[in-house]
Amino acid sequence: MTVKHHLTDDLLMAYSAGDLPEAVNLIVATHISLCDECRAALGSYDAVGGAVLDTCDTVAMSKNSLQSVLDMIHAQDGKVEKKPASTKVQDDVLPAPLVDYIGGGLESVRWRSAGMGVKQAILPTSKEATARLLYIPAGTAIPDHGHHGLELTLVLKGAFQDEGGYFGRGDIEVASEDLNHTPVADISEDCICLAVTDAPLKFKGLVPRIAQPFLGI
Amino acid sequence: MFTTTVLSSDYQASPVAKGMEMRDSSQEDVDGTSGLTTGISQDVVPWVDDLLAVRDARDEAAFIRVFGHFGPRVKAFLMRTGMDAALAEECAQEVLVTVWNKAHLYDATRASPSTWIFTIARNKKIDVLRKQRRPEPEDLPWGPEAEPDQADVIGLQQESEQLGRALRDLPEKQRELIEKAYFGELSHSEIADQTGLPLGTIKSRIRLALERLRHSMK
Ligand SMILES: [Zn+2]
Repeated sequence: MTVKHHLTDDLLMAYSAGDLPEAVNLIVATHISLCDECRAALGSYDAVGGAVLDTCDTVAMSKNSLQSVLDMIHAQDGKVEKKPASTKVQDDVLPAPLVDYIGGGLESVRWRSAGMGVKQAILPTSKEATARLLYIPAGTAIPDHGHHGLELTLVLKGAFQDEGGYFGRGDIEVASEDLNHTPVADISEDCICLAVTDAPLKFKGLVPRIAQPFLGI
Repeated sequence: MFTTTVLSSDYQASPVAKGMEMRDSSQEDVDGTSGLTTGISQDVVPWVDDLLAVRDARDEAAFIRVFGHFGPRVKAFLMRTGMDAALAEECAQEVLVTVWNKAHLYDATRASPSTWIFTIARNKKIDVLRKQRRPEPEDLPWGPEAEPDQADVIGLQQESEQLGRALRDLPEKQRELIEKAYFGELSHSEIADQTGLPLGTIKSRIRLALERLRHSMK
């Protein structure tokens, strides 16, 4: 698998620093699970964090600190069982970070219809940003949606095409505020994506229909 | 607190060859470790041997040295991220306990001790301050020949040292910007790529290590 569309440096650095909302961490971790290029880049940003820790001032630990730490490791040591290696669900489509959030493989996703054959499932993260799985039937356009702020879309299965290019499994599209894009799922198979927005996603196509009765049009 | 005696031009030409003869400023902290030599130069990687001794031999004396060096740094780091002294003390203790408990996950070809301990401290910060769990990338399953190549270990550690020096040599304002990013005092949109740090070599080394790893799994 060759990933062509990667995370940006500022996202990698912010992930390394631990400054991102949970939903954004989730999509970054999922992309890195599929992309050695970004995994290596993250390693270099973590190394910057290590260098910052090294150059940091020091603050003396309290007097009994070492003893408490030794007590803790002694108290635990008999008990620490190494986790059994792979009791975890392996899923061909969903990398481990998503399996964790869904609590199982693809068959455990609780899809809800978003109209026009598109289905979505919102994942449980903190509210600063929203992570959702999108299921887009082959050849279908994702409903036109404007958004304010960051939008990240990672392909897990199938592919989509939009103004930004062709995106296959592992590719991530980092769309800025002003890109009003219309991803269309590749005709060859249904597409599953992880999409993260830092503001509520508005499906323009749906708004008029909902608004109609109230506006009397 | 650092007495940087190395000029940046010294190590730009040939980091690997020069690395062996360089005296690094962190030398001042390595009291008590000079007796340890297991093939990795203490000049370059003062803490790798101790961490590996913790990992492989559950060596408590080595752990106490690691604690003595990193405890006060982790505590200072956590205070900079917004914790008060008491909370930072408690969390720093927990970070060091994690170092002991997770030592079997430490891989010297992919991270320096500082880097690895930084990631543990960062996760603690997210856990305590943001009250969130942190999604981590899927672990790479280890192949049968996971025995690290000493040259790779030394190479990565030297590049980490070099990165540390480059960070210390940065103009004050730039260095502060990076530090703020890692302390969580900047939003990510403020962190552009104005760093100019030598991330290229370290990144390609880790990339190579990952390729070899994936290859050995087939
Ligand atoms: Zn990537």
